[in-house]
Amino acid sequence: MSQFYTSTDHFVLIPAIMLALFGCATLLFDFLVPRQRRFLLVIVLAGLAFTGYGLYQQQSYLAASGFAELTAFNGSVTIDGFALFFNWIFLIAALIVVLVSYKYLEIEGEHHGEYYALVLFAQCGMFFLATGTDLVTLFVGLELMAICFYIKVGFLRGEKRSNEAAMKYLLLGAFSSGFLAYGFSLMYGISGSTRLADVAAAVAARPAWDPLVFLAMVTTAVGLFFKISAVPFHMWAPDAYEGAPTSVTAYLSVASKAASIAFLLRIFWVSPGPLAAAREMWEPLLIGVSLATLTVGNLAAINQTNVKRLLAYSSISHAGYMLLGLIAGNETGIKGIAVYMMVYMFMNMGAFIVVIALRRKEIIGEDLDDFAGLMHRNPVYAILMLVFLLSLAGIPPTAGFIGKYFIFLSLIETGHYALAVVAVLYAAVALYYYFKIVRSMFTRELVEKAPLASSFGLRLALGASGFMTLAIGLYPEPFLRLAQTSFMR
Amino acid sequence: MDQHLLSLVLFAPLVGLAVLLLIPSRAATAIKVWANVSAFVGFLISLLLVLRFDKNAAGFQFVERVDWIPALGVKYSIGIDGISLLLIMLSTVMGFLALLSSWNAVTDRLKEYYAMFLLLQTGMLGVFMALDFFLFYVMWELVLVPMYFIIGVWGGPRKLYAAIKFFLYTLAGSALMLLGILTLYFQHHQQFGFYTFEIAELMKLNMPLGMQQWVFWAFFLGFAIKVPMFPFHTWLPDAHVEAPTAGSVILASVLLKMGTYGFIRFSLPLLPQASIDHTIVQVLAALSIVGILYGALVSLMQQDWKKLVAYSSVSHLGFCTLGIFALNPNGLAGSVLQQLNHGISTGMLFLVIGIIYERRHTREIREYGGLAHVMPVYSVVFAIAMLSSAGLPLLNGFIGEFTILQGAFEANRVWAASAVLGVIFGAAYLLWLYQRTMLGQVTNPKNLHLPDLSLRELCVFLPLIAWAIWIGVYPKPYFDILEKPVQQIVERVRPGYYQGRAPALAASPIPRAAVPGAAAEGGH
Repeated sequence: MSQFYTSTDHFVLIPAIMLALFGCATLLFDFLVPRQRRFLLVIVLAGLAFTGYGLYQQQSYLAASGFAELTAFNGSVTIDGFALFFNWIFLIAALIVVLVSYKYLEIEGEHHGEYYALVLFAQCGMFFLATGTDLVTLFVGLELMAICFYIKVGFLRGEKRSNEAAMKYLLLGAFSSGFLAYGFSLMYGISGSTRLADVAAAVAARPAWDPLVFLAMVTTAVGLFFKISAVPFHMWAPDAYEGAPTSVTAYLSVASKAASIAFLLRIFWVSPGPLAAAREMWEPLLIGVSLATLTVGNLAAINQTNVKRLLAYSSISHAGYMLLGLIAGNETGIKGIAVYMMVYMFMNMGAFIVVIALRRKEIIGEDLDDFAGLMHRNPVYAILMLVFLLSLAGIPPTAGFIGKYFIFLSLIETGHYALAVVAVLYAAVALYYYFKIVRSMFTRELVEKAPLASSFGLRLALGASGFMTLAIGLYPEPFLRLAQTSFMR
Repeated sequence: MDQHLLSLVLFAPLVGLAVLLLIPSRAATAIKVWANVSAFVGFLISLLLVLRFDKNAAGFQFVERVDWIPALGVKYSIGIDGISLLLIMLSTVMGFLALLSSWNAVTDRLKEYYAMFLLLQTGMLGVFMALDFFLFYVMWELVLVPMYFIIGVWGGPRKLYAAIKFFLYTLAGSALMLLGILTLYFQHHQQFGFYTFEIAELMKLNMPLGMQQWVFWAFFLGFAIKVPMFPFHTWLPDAHVEAPTAGSVILASVLLKMGTYGFIRFSLPLLPQASIDHTIVQVLAALSIVGILYGALVSLMQQDWKKLVAYSSVSHLGFCTLGIFALNPNGLAGSVLQQLNHGISTGMLFLVIGIIYERRHTREIREYGGLAHVMPVYSVVFAIAMLSSAGLPLLNGFIGEFTILQGAFEANRVWAASAVLGVIFGAAYLLWLYQRTMLGQVTNPKNLHLPDLSLRELCVFLPLIAWAIWIGVYPKPYFDILEKPVQQIVERVRPGYYQGRAPALAASPIPRAAVPGAAAEGGH
């Protein structure tokens, strides 16, 4: 341990520092100068811009130096293509959320500075989830993110279902963190180190089906499955998604899921994945879980009448698809997860933004009935929603198809034909429930005639999501290259 | 010009669509006029294809290849041979006529209506042009969305059920087909070291028979649901009955052909060993024959005019698939020609139904009777459509069915014998339908003062009638166009088939001399 805080340490940490600094600044500003929310917004956006600049510098440094990665703090934080890719996803998701939240929180009557601070803090946690290569770093990052989300889910203090959602999420979340900590402690016990690389080496040295490794794997997996809302640890998701403020739901369903997927990949796959060597143990487990996730997610969504709940179940099923990529475990599969995640961010965010736009004073706007006749009320929103839903269902030429394409291809390549058949057939099931929304929008008569809530930020976010959903579908080349260069060395 | 002609045909409807979106929704007439004009211009451009098509050239013509997604090896690769040419012409003609027929039939949400049809048009054309499997799949799925809306928004009472059923059925099939495509794609990468979806490249694959069979069944599900072959036909009556007239016309005339085209373009050439596998051929021929007979028998029982025609499609498409899996030149050429014929005849039948439905708003057969007295021109048009569908010599249907039967006879006499029964049933249900609706005395007072065809309505029919007679009387140009591509496919599937035989189609007596003798056999 030569130096306590080197310049490399600092360079690697810049985005996190920016996020934390601006998060605190947001809190302070709101306290000192109350009710100046426009400035608040400026501070948050500046924070995100500085974070983005930090990431950009790291990216260009990696590109210029030719290093595959940049480690800091004696190997507990690593910047590599993988980490940067996910950090960009977190950043864009946060940006979209901030843009749409402004007007939405006004309508909800819960516009507070803490909201924005929590977005930045949560993103700070995600940063460590994507970059962390040490069990403790990862765990702290996870908790930082999770605690921010517990608060944000219950942000509508006056609303029962928001409180209930936060409570459920908190209790189950804490429970799952316990499992995870248990798994981590076993890994530490196996290896005597918290560095992922050391753990990986120790696990690889163990005999096949070593009971200790098995126990560590199962408990860690349980904690991770909870975070990505995989069945049977998905119970919290529909309630939390429904009760949370819609902007938080969007953020939760995208950023939190992306961070957890990054975490999952760090543990199970990306070198040095501590459990990568125990593949023969976790592959059957993962197959079972992903099948259950696809089944429950898709079948339970069919009967939902609340769009947020429907999208919650759909997001469960999307987690199932991403797990399939890990089961295949080859280059295509992992690249598929990356592409899927990128695509999922835009299409899922977009769908939630439309739900947000329907929210007005006195009108909750998240029932299927609230979508009735949206085509007559606002054709642009209706058509964009159609694009997002087609994309979620994986119909070409939208982005969702490209995501599913890689997952299916990876399954074929690795000979998981039966899984592939199940996965494609569930895509047809998914279409059915997505088209319940479409049916409501396009074939039913208009009930509520008042115009939609809208703001510049919301329109910007919606337009960008729509554009990306179509662009990735029609010309995926640059995005595929991005995923390729980020994930493959 | 020539090197981009095909793209021009493909994207002309989209250009029309883009302009259409700029027209304000209130300007109903402008929307109608513009939509019809763009469809008509699309048709005119596609006529250039016919003029410049070289029927003696082997392989694909008007080929365009541009990289689309190099990371996946996907190319924007389009081109046509004789088979695609005929189906493309069918699409552009029917696309235009379907729009023309909706002039008064559709009154609400005009702009969306026409926009959907133009989008549909591009999708259909893309399916018939694509030489890249990825592009094909994109186009194939692109068709589903507008058709869903056409049925689901402008359809009849059970439109939502019918629309989603159509969508889900096709999607489930095509999703499994996607797995088949990906298997080929991956196999190609294994064998040749690079990724591609191009059909010409995929044809070089050397796959074990077992894998070919699996892929064949994956393709089969995608295509058979679309055709639809028995027992995957249950979506069809619902979709047809609920769809608006123009939707039914396009669905029957063009969309169903996507399935048969898929068999011809992809299943046979890409999986030649699986395609001549005894079990597969037997199963497909059996399903085709069951479809022919079942569709015809169910048609006999129908009380609903439109449902009757819908089930007759199952029967007629059974002939097309039977012709394909006869796997000889007559069967294949007859099948393609019969696809064209079915498009013309059934398109006309649906238009006929649409016209009476516009006037009376019912399709119950027993509501009608003796219409020939009230609407003489209409009854003549219907007679021609009906006879062409029933396969009367000198009209188009006869040539197609006869050639298919010839092919089937060559392959297996039992097939031909069973399929002939379908011809007889076909004549029965169509003639009986005609008798019940058109002949006799006018029994229902509501029918006494129905107006006959207007000039616009007649204009929709005239080109189709002319086309039907042309094919019926002088089909030689069609067989000439089909000769090369059919020969290529047969040689691909059954190498050495042509050795020791005269080129079958050229020597075939059907185009000129077969009419008198054949009339006795298929005589109705």
